[in-house]
Amino acid sequence: MSDIPRVGVVTFPGSLDDRDALHAIDAMGGEGVALWHAEHDLRGVDAVVLPGGFSYGDYLRCGAIAARAPLMATIRAFADRGAPVLGICNGFQILCEAGLLPGALIRNESLRFVCDNVWLRVETSQTCVTAGLVPGETIEVPIKHGEGQWVATPEQLERVEGDGLVVFRYAGPDGGLDDAFNPNGATNHIAGVRNVAGNVVGLMPHPEHAVDPDVGPTGGQSLFASLFEAALAGASA
Amino acid sequence: MTFTFEVLVSLKPGLLDPQGKAVEGSLPAMGWTNVSSVRIGKHIKLVVQADDEPTARAQVRDMATRILSNPVIEDFEVLEVSAT
Repeated sequence: MSDIPRVGVVTFPGSLDDRDALHAIDAMGGEGVALWHAEHDLRGVDAVVLPGGFSYGDYLRCGAIAARAPLMATIRAFADRGAPVLGICNGFQILCEAGLLPGALIRNESLRFVCDNVWLRVETSQTCVTAGLVPGETIEVPIKHGEGQWVATPEQLERVEGDGLVVFRYAGPDGGLDDAFNPNGATNHIAGVRNVAGNVVGLMPHPEHAVDPDVGPTGGQSLFASLFEAALAGASA
Repeated sequence: MTFTFEVLVSLKPGLLDPQGKAVEGSLPAMGWTNVSSVRIGKHIKLVVQADDEPTARAQVRDMATRILSNPVIEDFEVLEVSAT
């Protein structure tokens, strides 16, 4: 058995951050594997990343068409087996549209595209990307989106908060919550959520842009380190 | 038979509608100062081949639920336009 996790990155028509995700995986010591949305095969990867971008030009709704791509049926079965799946930005929108994660992402409250570095407060370590982090800890990562306001039905919101499905909240550097730190008006400052099992996680911020200290914050490193652990644990199971 | 349907998709009440807000904001400058609650939705027209109307309508409702709208944030209405 190899101790280098193989992490697939799915390219949809209109994906933008697939190459950055592959680069981040390689830079962190994993093996990035390019996957194509129209295929059915995950090429034996141990984990899957759905990258950011504007799949299908955001037609109909962000992520709506991509969520019905052929490879998504395979990813749904992969996730049902407990394998790690991480959706970043448009990838988060796709997972919500696919029903793999609760809620939906709508236009930022400000109606403006936001591009900035933000602080996230970790809410749970019971996920494939936060197992190495402590609840309350903060990490710095970039955001860049126009439709990142997470919303949910009242029933979904009650379940998400009640069952501890919030993974990250936008916060200050010390973890304090304030509307001033909420870049898109997300409900309850929610930046990322998980499924009940914790193997599927989506977030609007971009950990794949935050692994190289030469170009900015490095808050993404710990997420990839945890993802690799989960990938290897699944591969040896 | 051939059935033409229209599916009207609207954002749920209370959710921010940037298009509606922008259009509403432009109206007073044109002299219409008595307009509020402008909401913009989607109008999807499609043609379905099916044996009968209930079958066609059921399929359109299924499509509206599963892809044409997102039930978390949107409501929809199915209108039948014509049958030939």
